[in-house]
Amino acid sequence: MNWMDLFHATLPVTVLEVAALVVLVFDLALLRKAAANSRLAGAVVLGVLGCGAAAFVFYHHTAPLFASNHALLYNQAYSAVAQTAIFALTAMTLLLLPGTKFTRHPAEIVATVLFAASGGLLVVAARDLLVLFVGLELLSLSLYIMTAFAKSSEKSAEAALKYYLFGGMSAAFMLFGFSYIYGLTGSTGFDEIIQSFQQTGSAQSPLFLVAMVAVAAGLGFKVAAVPFHLWAPDAYEGAPTPAAAFIASVSKVASFALLAGLAYSAAFALHNGKLPVAHIAANNRVVAVILFLAAASMVVGNLAALAQTSVRRLLAYSAIAHAGYMLLGVAAAALASDAEAMTRSVNTVLFYVITYGLTTIAAFGVIGVVEQATGSNKLDAFSGLHKRNPLLAAVLLILFLSLAGIPPLVGFWAKFNLFAAVLGTGSGVVPFALVALAIAMSAVSLYYYLRVLKFAYVVEPVEGAGKITAHPVVLLVLVAIAVAVVWIGCAPAGLVDWIAKPGLPLL
Amino acid sequence: MQAPSMVWTIYVAFGGAAIQALLPKRSNSTPALSRWLALLTALAALCIAAAGFFTHVGSGMDVLTDHAWIPTLGIHYLLVADGISRMLVLLTGLAAVAGILFSWTVTNRVNEFFAFYLALIGGVFGVFLSGDLFLLFVFYEIAIVPKYFLIAIWGSTRREYAAMKLALYSFVGSAMVLIGALAAYATSGSHTMSLTALAHSHLPIGFQMWAFPLVFIGFGILAGLWPFHTWAPTGHVAAPTAASMLLAGVVMKLGAYGCLRVAMGLFPHGMDPWGFAFLGLGSWRDVFALLAVIGIVYGALVALAQTDFKFVIGYSSVSHMGFVILGLMTLNTIGLTGAVLQMFSHGIIAGLLFAIVGRVVYERTHTRELDVLEGMHLAKKIPFAAWAFVIAGMASMGLPGFSGFVAEFQVIVGSWSFGPAWTILTGVGIVIGVAYTWRALQKAFFSDKPAHTAEIQGHFAPITWPEWAGVGMLLAVTVAVGLYPRLILDSIEPAVKALLAGGAQ
Repeated sequence: MNWMDLFHATLPVTVLEVAALVVLVFDLALLRKAAANSRLAGAVVLGVLGCGAAAFVFYHHTAPLFASNHALLYNQAYSAVAQTAIFALTAMTLLLLPGTKFTRHPAEIVATVLFAASGGLLVVAARDLLVLFVGLELLSLSLYIMTAFAKSSEKSAEAALKYYLFGGMSAAFMLFGFSYIYGLTGSTGFDEIIQSFQQTGSAQSPLFLVAMVAVAAGLGFKVAAVPFHLWAPDAYEGAPTPAAAFIASVSKVASFALLAGLAYSAAFALHNGKLPVAHIAANNRVVAVILFLAAASMVVGNLAALAQTSVRRLLAYSAIAHAGYMLLGVAAAALASDAEAMTRSVNTVLFYVITYGLTTIAAFGVIGVVEQATGSNKLDAFSGLHKRNPLLAAVLLILFLSLAGIPPLVGFWAKFNLFAAVLGTGSGVVPFALVALAIAMSAVSLYYYLRVLKFAYVVEPVEGAGKITAHPVVLLVLVAIAVAVVWIGCAPAGLVDWIAKPGLPLL
Repeated sequence: MQAPSMVWTIYVAFGGAAIQALLPKRSNSTPALSRWLALLTALAALCIAAAGFFTHVGSGMDVLTDHAWIPTLGIHYLLVADGISRMLVLLTGLAAVAGILFSWTVTNRVNEFFAFYLALIGGVFGVFLSGDLFLLFVFYEIAIVPKYFLIAIWGSTRREYAAMKLALYSFVGSAMVLIGALAAYATSGSHTMSLTALAHSHLPIGFQMWAFPLVFIGFGILAGLWPFHTWAPTGHVAAPTAASMLLAGVVMKLGAYGCLRVAMGLFPHGMDPWGFAFLGLGSWRDVFALLAVIGIVYGALVALAQTDFKFVIGYSSVSHMGFVILGLMTLNTIGLTGAVLQMFSHGIIAGLLFAIVGRVVYERTHTRELDVLEGMHLAKKIPFAAWAFVIAGMASMGLPGFSGFVAEFQVIVGSWSFGPAWTILTGVGIVIGVAYTWRALQKAFFSDKPAHTAEIQGHFAPITWPEWAGVGMLLAVTVAVGLYPRLILDSIEPAVKALLAGGAQ
């Protein structure tokens, strides 16, 4: 490895970082005296351009990075998909900023978002525990800052502190788990670790279980799986809208792509398509842990969401529930008996997390607009939205029905695809029971999604409530996402194929 | 000239819904425009349905359209029609037109009302024409959401509770169906969701044994299967007139159709004997027949005790849908034909009854309490309503000359060969049916109890043309089918025979 290789392999990440610095410098140098609106506009435009440039670079110059003998950063189909999704979702998050008034430092928040996105890129492509940890910390630290960005709001500060404390704790757990894994296998590279498990049978060791649980605590925190979810409702409620949208989308995409990557590593170590015994033993423990997290998240997330009166907290619990569904897919990938079945499961998880991220960004966009107009994110703030802004109400209708999994919207597709993949593993009654649980729980979820829609469509606005107006850019993004939710739902084949072969043109 | 294919019913309905949703909301002429547009949309759908129905009498299963939709999962956008589907599409078209005629007086958020209404209709058309299990499920769920909003926004008594209850019952039912469908897809391993292909994929009998009751109950919830019927009375009562008509008229048929096409079509061996008997029940078939008979008798008894006119009709629907389930479980041509005909017949008659109670009577008296109506001498005040209800009531009781008679008679004949005990209990249900209909009729229209207050003695608004047209159309259909049942039977008999020969034993 030399510096040139490093530069080559991390070029997209570097472009994002440079874009972040350009945003800062541009604002400082040229826009210091300008009106708040134009400063925000300048920062957002530069940020979006940065995402575009990084995506362009990513598609034209990318190379794997090796250290002596093992891969540090390596792009495969799944990580290319996830990185593209990160570019797109980050740009959409930035486009939710116009019209918001939570901060007087527009350049700083845009730069932080870009830093977070570059952390996400590293997480997705990492093939080494240390690179992974650096990426995760870059992502997490930026998220804490974004959560605290509404300086005049006590809730924002409280949420950030909680998020930070939980995050720090989980990072510590994860490092602890990494240290055990290193101790058991003598390597930090994913591929070497798997190989070592196969050759030495050290996955039978009880220490491996300790390591697994510690790593699960760290990753479970990132995806907000029960019982590591306690930060989520507070962070979702307190964070400024774009920050919450970012946490719910880009951070989720990165974390699930990482889980998918771990499953990939396991599969690439397959010998002649046959699973070595050690692999199965290791996998059964891993799968047991994942399935436990999945079931607990589905049940707790959906049931707790029923009792919420704040729409942001409701979305937080729904995010926990959705994480539960996706973990089922991850478990299916780990259970798969051959590489093809595993790829299929991983692709359904990616489809799910990307479309979920898309939907949830727009959901937060709608909440942000309503919140800015009414000063509240409680259910009754949405009263009469169909009169106060019919377009926004229609967007909300589409998004929430999609989250509930009503066809022909994309949320249904994602669920169907995922559950079919889980059942396709065909191994006994456990996957089936969990799919049945997941479907039953998504029936429960319709109740709380409909409750929000009831306020938007059924309840009349309070006396004297005027129109709600959204910034045209925000409205455009929201409508575009709603259209995409319907479109991909009706014709999912395009996205499904693209995820399977990201080299294809998307449309 | 060739008539447009029946698939256009779906597109016309959804297109109409989209236009309604996009109509400008502020101008004064919008309500009228919106009503006429909705009526035209529904009439167009009805014409397409009728043309499709009458040009294909007696022909078999036609593939209307077939496109690969999601190739990776073997899912096709496959629309097919056999005699049963064509009849149900025709029924939906009739109910849609009648429902719009009886919603002429909706004044609140008119275009949204018709947008949801037409979206619901489009979903229903889609279910009846789907030849792919996945597509059927998609349309089935599309039909759930508009029902919620129709009841929650435009409903009456405890509307939000009733709407949520209906939505959750439907969604739980569809969740059960989804589990069954996914399991069938995974088990067959044939990489297809086509109903015909799945039916021929020889699913293991052990699998069918548990998938059948799961899917049957899942659809049965929407068909008003006792004891999962409780959404029906509250939903019917809370819904605005047109929505009650659709709920009873076509949405409950969605459930019954799913039971027939999916549960019985894909998992016929689920109805095989278990090999042991528990309380005299030896198979899922016995279990569901028993539930159907309980539904018939229970629905009728509860209807007899109601004080709210609309609840009487609501429970009568549960009772009448029991005949459909019982007919399905007979598994012989005559019983199944009766069941399918009963779907049609009940769809028309229940729509008529709800229209009279919810629109013609309620919008003039502003009460549905039978005790209050007793003092109003409605037979003299609104003779039109009284006579229409007499005729509709006779049809509902199953008097010869109306469609209900033909259908229920066939179900009873079919059930005799299946189990005489069922037949006798069902007969009891019919007798109670006569009793509750007479009771409601007598109390609401022909009571000689003195009037209680002066204010309700005033005159009521005259009957308007949409009411005449709607009542006339539905009455004509039930009488026509009653007098000449071959009109419908010629279409459904071949389809039922094909179904019995192909899948369900």
